[in-house]
Amino acid sequence: MSGYSVKVVEGKYNLSGEFHTIEPNQPILDEKGKLCGITNPRRIVHHHSLGGEAPFFQAITRGRLLATRCDNKNCKDGFGSIFLPYRIHCPDCLERNTEIDVTDLANKTARVYSFMVCERSGAFNTLEKPIRFVNVEFDGVATILMSYLLGKQEPKIGMKVRPIFRTKKPTYTITDLAFVPAETAEKDLPADFTFSK
Amino acid sequence: MITFSKRQLKIPKFARDVYLVTGGNSEFRRAFPEKRTEELCIEALQEAAKYVGMTATELKKYIHTCYYGHFADHFGDQLLGEAVIHDRLGLDPLGNIGVKTGGATGGSTIWEAAKAVASGYSDCTLAMGWERMDEVPTDEGNNYISCAADKDWETPLGHIYTGYYAVMAQKYWNVYGREEESFRRTLAEISVKNHGYAYHNPFAQAGMKITVEDVLKSPVVAYPLRALDACLMSVGASCVILADKETAYQMCKQPLLLYCAAGSHTLRVADRRDMEIPLLPNETEETYKDLDKEFPGGERYPGFTGFLAARMAAYYAYNWTGIKDPCEDLDLVELHDAFTISDVQTYEDIGIRPYGRGRTYVESGDCYHTNPKTGKPGKLPANLSGGLIGCMHAVGATGIMQVVDLMYQIHGRHAEIHGDPERWKRYGKQKPKDWEDLQVKGAKRGLAISHAGVGSHVTCTIVMQPDARLDK
Repeated sequence: MSGYSVKVVEGKYNLSGEFHTIEPNQPILDEKGKLCGITNPRRIVHHHSLGGEAPFFQAITRGRLLATRCDNKNCKDGFGSIFLPYRIHCPDCLERNTEIDVTDLANKTARVYSFMVCERSGAFNTLEKPIRFVNVEFDGVATILMSYLLGKQEPKIGMKVRPIFRTKKPTYTITDLAFVPAETAEKDLPADFTFSK
Repeated sequence: MITFSKRQLKIPKFARDVYLVTGGNSEFRRAFPEKRTEELCIEALQEAAKYVGMTATELKKYIHTCYYGHFADHFGDQLLGEAVIHDRLGLDPLGNIGVKTGGATGGSTIWEAAKAVASGYSDCTLAMGWERMDEVPTDEGNNYISCAADKDWETPLGHIYTGYYAVMAQKYWNVYGREEESFRRTLAEISVKNHGYAYHNPFAQAGMKITVEDVLKSPVVAYPLRALDACLMSVGASCVILADKETAYQMCKQPLLLYCAAGSHTLRVADRRDMEIPLLPNETEETYKDLDKEFPGGERYPGFTGFLAARMAAYYAYNWTGIKDPCEDLDLVELHDAFTISDVQTYEDIGIRPYGRGRTYVESGDCYHTNPKTGKPGKLPANLSGGLIGCMHAVGATGIMQVVDLMYQIHGRHAEIHGDPERWKRYGKQKPKDWEDLQVKGAKRGLAISHAGVGSHVTCTIVMQPDARLDK
């Protein structure tokens, strides 16, 4: 479905076009023609705020990886912790975290903590199957980022990887960030993806 | 390294005892084109009434507040589905509320209903759970389930929740399973066992006599997990009725004591941070002194190998009820076997075995009704209902079905319910000629684990004969 647009103007959503379509429903009959139910078709477009995480999603379209760090010296458990997934507030003290650029750290230290090759997907999947999920560790980062591996190599625990970014034709979703084996050459990157910029 | 405060680690207690009076299930199937959800819920409530010799009308007169477990409005395509069920059950003008905690919804619903009795707000409560997973194609169902993961950070990655869970299975397989063929066979044995127990359960969706080879030849879902390692997608309803002591003894002759505790952990596995292993009563620091040397890669806790939420639910429940060692103090368990490997992870989280040693619970034969190695009763039989792999996973009902099945066992009425030929016939099934009585003789205490996805919520429900209590 297309033919709609969503913008934010002066802090308010500005919507135009069609956000849903109406289709006729159908009866569900058994083999003898007895009515068992009805279908309820609908197509709906939601518009969703990325809020305080928007800088992360914009950065990956520009070839940079952002994380956040708790800089509250009074935070016993969280002080100094680096969070990736980008976390707006520290989970311990709930103070606003400091945004930091971890692109170089990721380029140098990213490695596979766990992985899964998944032959199936749910409806609305946009990734090529099988999907190679990778959970990526970085030196000094408190968390383990979920992403996916591209390229022909199969993932392994401990494998060194590098982030790549869908800087051409971005979707502004988490699928704009992926990883490849660390030794991958730029010429071998999938279409629309680049190394960091 | 994150830490927890003393107040957070306080052992819970109810202001007054809570009793399980009765419970009931509908039949469970992959699809019920001929029945509305309310018909299944009414079936479950009628079962509960009949179990204590009442009519539904008589039973309803005792209920004061209602708790409804329903994981996904999307599946039933009805917002406020709880209100529809409440209306159709004819329970006006009682206060009621919906509970949603993913796969743990059933357990959480009991948790809420129990606290209402314990606080004195209500003398008798209904906990009813259901799920309607048959009204969209399977891939759209998978998409709905994936929407229970983080919509911005996880769902776009394949729209497949199995994948988010499977990375944990892979880590466990690598670190504690050491990717051994023998461990793969042990996992398959769990599926054989649970499908096999479901074969004797008339409520069950997937009773089957299969072999380890059948499991190992079933299609790969996400290596090393195969189709027969996975739980079912189901439709059905379950309910329990809880009450304070005085009311419970007015309603039935043999109410059971019920305790329910809950734990949680990050919704995204990505956010798990390092911490020390919280110890259960049957463990000491010595237990895990050499864990990382013995199992390289296991130095991070919980990492992806354990479920903190399950460990904490057990921590609260054991210290509250006086359980020191689940293998000694419990007679049977119903665990959340979403996958064979998560079943093994749970053995460790709840202290049936220490971390890294879960497989020995199966390999010793302890988890069976009758230990296949010795021919004697299993030490702590698990999932005699068939569990999520063999019986059902109608999400909002699952944690309640487990408790209903424990109740049949602890009352010594398991064969009466599961062996009733009329019930098999009513469900359009033939009672197997080789039907087996899976009653655990002398069962007094049982435990049920209700678990959400990658471990965001877990409840631990313990039911027991009042004269078997350990906390006084």
